[in-house]
Amino acid sequence: MNKIEAKKVNVFYGDKQALFDINMDIPERQVTALIGPSGCGKSTFLRCLNRMNDVIEICKVEGEIKINDYDINQKSTDVVRLREKIGMVFQKPNPFPKTLYENISYGPEIHGMAQSKDELDQIVEDSLKKAALWNEVKDRLNEPGTGLSGGQQQRLCIARAISVKPEVILMDEPCSALDPIATAQIEELIDELKKEHTIVIVTHSMSQAARVSQQTGFFHLGKLIEVGSTDKIFKNPNQQQTQDYITGRFG
Amino acid sequence: MINREEFLNKRYKAEKRFQMYGKTAIILALLFLAVFLFKIFSTGYTAFQKTWIIVPINYDPEFMYLDANQKPSMEDLQDSEYFDVGIESFAALDQNANEDQITDIKRMFAFIFEEEIKDHILSNPDDFGKIVEVKLTASDDLDQVFKGNYPRDLPEERRRVNDYQLNIFDRLNSEGKVVSNFNFSFFTNADSREAELAGIASSFMGSLFSILVCLAVSFPVALLAAIYLEEFAPKNRLTDFIEVNINNLAAVPSIVFGLLGLGVLLAVFGLPRSTPLVGGITLSLMTLPTIIIAARASLKAVPPSIREAALAMGASKMQTTLHHTVPLSLPGTLSGTIIGLAQALGETAPLILIGMVAFVNTIPGSPMDPAASLPVQIYIWAESAERGFVEKVSACIMVLLIFLVLMNLAAQMIRHKFEKKWN
Ligand SMILES: Nc1ncnc2c1ncn2[C@@H]1O[C@H](COP(=O)(O)OP(=O)(O)OP(=O)(O)O)[C@@H](O)[C@H]1O
Ligand SMILES: [Mg+2]
Repeated sequence: MNKIEAKKVNVFYGDKQALFDINMDIPERQVTALIGPSGCGKSTFLRCLNRMNDVIEICKVEGEIKINDYDINQKSTDVVRLREKIGMVFQKPNPFPKTLYENISYGPEIHGMAQSKDELDQIVEDSLKKAALWNEVKDRLNEPGTGLSGGQQQRLCIARAISVKPEVILMDEPCSALDPIATAQIEELIDELKKEHTIVIVTHSMSQAARVSQQTGFFHLGKLIEVGSTDKIFKNPNQQQTQDYITGRFG
Repeated sequence: MINREEFLNKRYKAEKRFQMYGKTAIILALLFLAVFLFKIFSTGYTAFQKTWIIVPINYDPEFMYLDANQKPSMEDLQDSEYFDVGIESFAALDQNANEDQITDIKRMFAFIFEEEIKDHILSNPDDFGKIVEVKLTASDDLDQVFKGNYPRDLPEERRRVNDYQLNIFDRLNSEGKVVSNFNFSFFTNADSREAELAGIASSFMGSLFSILVCLAVSFPVALLAAIYLEEFAPKNRLTDFIEVNINNLAAVPSIVFGLLGLGVLLAVFGLPRSTPLVGGITLSLMTLPTIIIAARASLKAVPPSIREAALAMGASKMQTTLHHTVPLSLPGTLSGTIIGLAQALGETAPLILIGMVAFVNTIPGSPMDPAASLPVQIYIWAESAERGFVEKVSACIMVLLIFLVLMNLAAQMIRHKFEKKWN
């Protein structure tokens, strides 16, 4: 079943077109990887899915993006509700300069998800456990989130994203600032999270895409060149360009 | 071919020279500061001392127009006259004094000697009918004589203190009857025409109220303006125009704001003249652009990734701003505010224009009462001819400087607290 269906998506930064007629379906409770050379529009596409491009004044998004069969790319869409359903993890870990606890509790609080302090404590604990961070930080929940290591910070950001129980989690190169061990931890985590969430991940690492994803989309110069099961894309792509990129002949 | 060795040497030398220039500049600046502070302190510290002369006061019922055979009630003492008590007691300092000389002796004391004599008997009613020693404030000239600031060697006709007075004073001094204490009245008295009585209470309170009004008006307005311009306003011609004009406003000479206060606050709105209320609002026009600029700069310095994080969590624009951006920018905003207020605290020109230069001998109890302000007080005293005001000017500058230092310390503390909390 498809969670997200993008049809004829065109994105413009001012006069410059960044995405051309993107059609892509994203299946539920699977990991979809977006790969492609730098500047090809992966982040731009990802940010369309939770309307983060709204923040950029010159950015215009055209086309239809259906999530649960509802077109989110209309004026009447309530972006606050949308972003509650679609979480996001950024390339650079960006915890709030507040305590660990407050980092996680912020989302549930602004969305009124907890009736009591106990319930909130429970959400914080569950989110940290799911993000495989609980054991490392359970004794220092009142310390600042910025005091963690890079990998811990990124897992904190993942915990923050899942605290509001989103249906979809968008990740923009979540491991690019991390060492191999932290990367392995996050990849394991992604594998775990896909049981409950639909995940879209942008990555520059072919091996990472191959390891974590079930579906892969290859972007080039603002166009979606090819999309299909990860197995097929990596073993037997239809397009020569895809083959070249995956084997490292360009990009 | 260039000699590389020599080339390198030249570079190192240039580097050393550059550092030297920097050090010299800093030493020069410190030197100026030291000279300035030394001058202020050495002329000003005596103002914190006050000279008293101890005089046997004769509480003779006859001089008080009271019945000698009956213990007077408090009301009697309260209503009684003390001028004659004073004059008779002064006359007793020199048995042979003639009329004129008694007047000379009287002039050795502050004109409030009657009050002081009265205050003593009111708090010691048992001294009625007795001769007791009472501390009276010395005149400002004798105060200066005692502090060694008075040119005693001038020819007599060019002095306000004559030889007769000096003789009496020296005699009393050698008997240990001249004492000096910490000058509390400098802090508790309002301004006065008599230097020995003049204090900074009125101008201090005036400055304090002005600054509070200024803070209350400019901080919220500036913060909201900065938040709107930085976080919400679309970037277009109009906002560019506003931005340029805010920057221009920061460069407008303060006297222009004084004229604005005069023309608008006093003339159009009819607010009361000479009050910290008007002074504070006028000053806030000056601090407004300073705070807006500081607040915008510190809002800009908040990393965009924090805003993105909040937005991606589903926070609305307003929540993102109020929960994250503004708190993070607050330390910078506060330090900008303090700088603005410190500038305002030292402002004289606009306050003179709105009438805060008037002679005020009462202590304001609210921003609606007439008051002076510390810098204006300095200006007023510096204009006065009496020798006694010279030290007061320096003392007032000291108080102003201490006020400024305290403000900066407060700002630092607030900053520190916030920074600990957010990082
Ligand atoms: N805020 C912006 N303003 C103008 N142009 C932008 C903006 N963001 C992205 N672009 C342009 O859009 C195109 C796609 O950018 P995007 O960030 O989506 O690439 P990407 O595939 O994520 O690259 P990378 O792998 O380097 O992150 C690029 O040509 C970029 O220059
Ligand atoms: Mg990118």
